Amino acid sequence: MLNRLLAPFRNTTGLARWILVTGIVITIAFVVMAVFAPWLAPLDFNQQKVDGVKLPKLAAPSDDYWFGTSDQFYDVFSRVIWGARTALVVVTLSVLFSVLIGVPLGLISGFVGGWTDRMLVFVMDALYAFPTLLLAIVFSFLLRDALGGGVTAAALSLTVIYIPQYFRVVRNTTVSARESTYVEAARAIGAKNSSIMGRYLFGNVIQSVPVIGTLNAADAIGTLAALGFLGFGIQPNEASEWGYDLNRALDDASSGIWWTALFPGLAIVFLITGLTLVGEGLNETVNPSLRKRRIRKVEMPPNEPTTALVEGRTR
Amino acid sequence: MSSGSGSLPRYIAQRLLLMIPMIWLIVTMVFILLRVAPGDPVTAAVGGKLNEEALDARRAALGLDRPLIVQYLDYLGDIATLDFGKTISDNRPITSIIVDNGGATLSLTIGAFAFALLMGIPLGLLAGRYRDSAGDVVIRIFGVVSYAAPIFFIGLLMQIWVAGPLGLPTSDIASPITKFQVEPVTHILLLDAIIAGDTESTVDVLKHHVLPCFTLGLLLSGVFIRLVRVNLLMTLKGDYVEAARARGIPERYVIRRHAFRNALVPVITVLGLQVALTLSGALLTESTFNWPGLGTQLIDYLTARDYAAVQGLVTFFAVVVVVVSLLVDVINAAIDPRVRY
Repeated sequence: MLNRLLAPFRNTTGLARWILVTGIVITIAFVVMAVFAPWLAPLDFNQQKVDGVKLPKLAAPSDDYWFGTSDQFYDVFSRVIWGARTALVVVTLSVLFSVLIGVPLGLISGFVGGWTDRMLVFVMDALYAFPTLLLAIVFSFLLRDALGGGVTAAALSLTVIYIPQYFRVVRNTTVSARESTYVEAARAIGAKNSSIMGRYLFGNVIQSVPVIGTLNAADAIGTLAALGFLGFGIQPNEASEWGYDLNRALDDASSGIWWTALFPGLAIVFLITGLTLVGEGLNETVNPSLRKRRIRKVEMPPNEPTTALVEGRTR
Repeated sequence: MSSGSGSLPRYIAQRLLLMIPMIWLIVTMVFILLRVAPGDPVTAAVGGKLNEEALDARRAALGLDRPLIVQYLDYLGDIATLDFGKTISDNRPITSIIVDNGGATLSLTIGAFAFALLMGIPLGLLAGRYRDSAGDVVIRIFGVVSYAAPIFFIGLLMQIWVAGPLGLPTSDIASPITKFQVEPVTHILLLDAIIAGDTESTVDVLKHHVLPCFTLGLLLSGVFIRLVRVNLLMTLKGDYVEAARARGIPERYVIRRHAFRNALVPVITVLGLQVALTLSGALLTESTFNWPGLGTQLIDYLTARDYAAVQGLVTFFAVVVVVVSLLVDVINAAIDPRVRY
């Protein structure tokens, strides 16, 4: 198990490994921020007062408030930390949902074929052609009435835009795997369709999902922030969200106040970069055509066989 | 060209036929989505302002009291004649919104593409030419970061640190005076100012374009950098490049004459694939710079909970994406015969 987990590291060299490691380090840093937010953040995400005294409005970064304070009397540093939790929860949920819906749909569509397949491909293509942000906006606009402006509504609006990607990849792999010998063999021994899909095909078509998942997660961070920035994301009383904070910072920009924009923005940039690097790194190790394997040094036997024997023994 | 299945007219006809069900499906999805939504559109848009009778009258005027299937067929018919309906909140035809505000979005997008090509192609060629050098690494990191940085964050940073020193405006497409003075002819303000021969207004409009176009262009340039770099690396491996080298042609000629040109061909394809990304980017850029384009209109109507306006504008966006993708595919097929088979 551990061997398989570490395989991506051992198979890569140089730049590819460096990319993967950097990505993982950045991502882990954000995961730590998200998990330990209550201990890392000095204040709550919507806390405006300390010991009954209101925080200063729009104070520049100082020893007391490392990243300054916002126009709503919030501590920017605390909101950046809490924002990591919101972002990671939403993105994990949305990737999970889209895998849970997209993978089975793709599997069934590719395996069953015929009209079911054609209809599903048609619908998914239409969804795929749609500008993702627009789709997310429309869905969060609709879901807000039903679910409120919280984490679930945001995660579901993001889910819709990523389902087609898993569907496509899984369906195409299934279509080609369906005809392979091992599936034929499974049929010959009388396996039911459900167990062919679940046992034989699933394991083979699932391999590209981690790469798409990480890259989608990176994209989802950006889309979530965009939703927040436009005012259709997570509502401020629900959780701290970087995109919403940047929207608030728009009013400060003209008066030269930089700290309300810079820190949440940098958090987004770093998290997206980290996740993208992990995705790219994984892609280079999973995808053999991109992989540059380390070439093992070939040691030519020396001319005198006796020395080789001696060396061989001493080792 | 002569063989039936590979001819260009046939390819275009095929693509056009495929486009119709795609648009139909998108239109239907938008219609269903916005109709299954809880609440009644008229109450949502103008509920607080009118009494129940007036609301009923409004519903009847909009045809919302008819059965859903009738409304749907009616809507399909309207779309077929390029009529996207009317808004509920201010009873404005969607087509007039498109005419009035589309120009601003168009000039923003064109300017952004100009910036993106000017930055992306040279940087991509440079990175590919000197692969794995320090310059390559820096350019690639720039590519990744420009893609990772949300467009509204870059826009904010521009407003905070760049606009002041350069004396550039950060909001709207022109100053109020310019807007008042320039007569709308094409509804693209920049063109109108030029047509009017008003230098002062033209300069004013141009100045307003710089930051939004640059911000959106930065996002797109990351795409071009990656693409041009990878393409150049591929072409440099090609046999004809090897052959040119073997004939003793100096390396810089090989690069410039043989590799660069072929590396740039797929850029056109990618232009098509970026339509959806550009549209999302334009939406965010417009919100950041208070740009009077279609994106801000959509956001305003969404905030006003005007379902009819949202339905019309979203349908229009979707149609634009499908049509532009088709156009790019056709251009591509005309250039590269391998595309059509």
